[in-house]
Amino acid sequence: MNLSRSITQSKALLLAATLIAPITHSADLTVSIENLTRGIYFTPLAVAAHPDGTSLFGLGEAASAEIQAMAEGGDISGAGAILDSIGATQANNPAGGLLTPGASTTATLNTDGTSNTLLTVIGMMLPTNDGFVALNSQMIPTEPGTYTYYAKAYDAGTEANDEVRGSGAPGEAGFPVPPPLEAEIGTGGTGLTNSAEGFIHIHRGNLGDTDSTGGMTDIDSTQHRWLNPIAKITVTVN
Amino acid sequence: MMNPSLLRQRGYSLRRILGTLTIGAAVVLAGCSDDDDDNNDAQQPEPEVMASYQVSIKNLTAGQPLSPIAVVLHESSWKSFATGEAASSELEQLAEGGDNTAYLDAAMASAAVFNSASGSGVLTPGSMEDINLDVSADSVGTLYLTLVSMLVNTNDALAALNAVDVKDMGVGEQLTFTALTYDSGTEANSESADTIPGPAAAGGAQEGYNASRDDVRDAIYVHAGVVTADDGLAGSVLLETHRWDNPAIQVVVERVQ
Repeated sequence: MNLSRSITQSKALLLAATLIAPITHSADLTVSIENLTRGIYFTPLAVAAHPDGTSLFGLGEAASAEIQAMAEGGDISGAGAILDSIGATQANNPAGGLLTPGASTTATLNTDGTSNTLLTVIGMMLPTNDGFVALNSQMIPTEPGTYTYYAKAYDAGTEANDEVRGSGAPGEAGFPVPPPLEAEIGTGGTGLTNSAEGFIHIHRGNLGDTDSTGGMTDIDSTQHRWLNPIAKITVTVN
Repeated sequence: MMNPSLLRQRGYSLRRILGTLTIGAAVVLAGCSDDDDDNNDAQQPEPEVMASYQVSIKNLTAGQPLSPIAVVLHESSWKSFATGEAASSELEQLAEGGDNTAYLDAAMASAAVFNSASGSGVLTPGSMEDINLDVSADSVGTLYLTLVSMLVNTNDALAALNAVDVKDMGVGEQLTFTALTYDSGTEANSESADTIPGPAAAGGAQEGYNASRDDVRDAIYVHAGVVTADDGLAGSVLLETHRWDNPAIQVVVERVQ
């Protein structure tokens, strides 16, 4: 094995790639997000194209304060600020509020003149304590066409999954109940006993129960469970 | 009285002419008689050139027998179902009762469907079945596969591959897919012995298809799983062993001819 020769070849290939590919990424794309669940709402979604090598979170890692605020309370302003700081192209909150079960919404991104080659879609799941839906740093195809991706449910690991009504503020127990969910969420649950896991992972799902005025949780096991995937994301590159 | 083999030979010639038409009319006029001479000299009566696919389905669940598998080979313009939209009546019959007759009849009535087939019977957990389908070799370049089956120990759960791309497979080439499970959105998930047709509901009325639609919404979505009596759902005849996770089916498609 001739090491210097293989390095030379690699350099040649790199040079060739640089000559062929423009440095900036150029794409005009639409991103449709469909909520595939039976009864889980998505809070406002961040939809962004961002540079290679950047991401908002990593599996197995501790969540940032911005991811925590998104996952516990649906607040994407912090995530938006991070995305701004790395020059991302953003089209946040395309649904203008909650994306209800079965509904779809579409965002448009134009990355002309940027180096934004990765797509992230992220938002909180309700009712959960710190569950979120995400497509994390998916490479945006350069060929015009329609591409389908499926997104999974993650747990931010920042809050105990007690599954009872409470707060959307970071670090405070329970989950927020905005008006459209009021009638679906139980009351009087004693709360599951567990603790924040400390790292981002695939969500194990809601447990819930069938007692809407007591029991262990305020989540309805017949309405608020899910299996992955929970969202279908259709990217059309124009 | 014409010789039947001659008829077939003429038919063959006609197909070649029609095929050549796409290249250019001038070529057709020039090449016509030559083609006929060649056929008369060398060709036996020629059947239509076919492509054959073997579809191998494996049930990956712990406790969900699958209703006879419905397989459809079609063009992209044919659509069996879409999440977020209401199920067709034919799909509802399959999803609630496991009967694929109306579903396959409706598919075959479409000009965009090349062929379809049914599995021979219920596919039990862990078992595997091969289903073979032929299509005209002309359709290889536009071929999509849809596969649907009911998880019979549920109210209306489907395992499905929805129009996966099997275009331009070479002979001997294999593609592997895994199927998600969907709720057809046509029946409430009571999990009761009176509303589930599968063996878990033995002793109940075990109703299959019922035209009324009473789920949380009349639209197809990814199934949330069953709750079961073991997890506290009053009236459920299901046990924890009837739960599953995605994917529920593995499908290997091989072009064998």
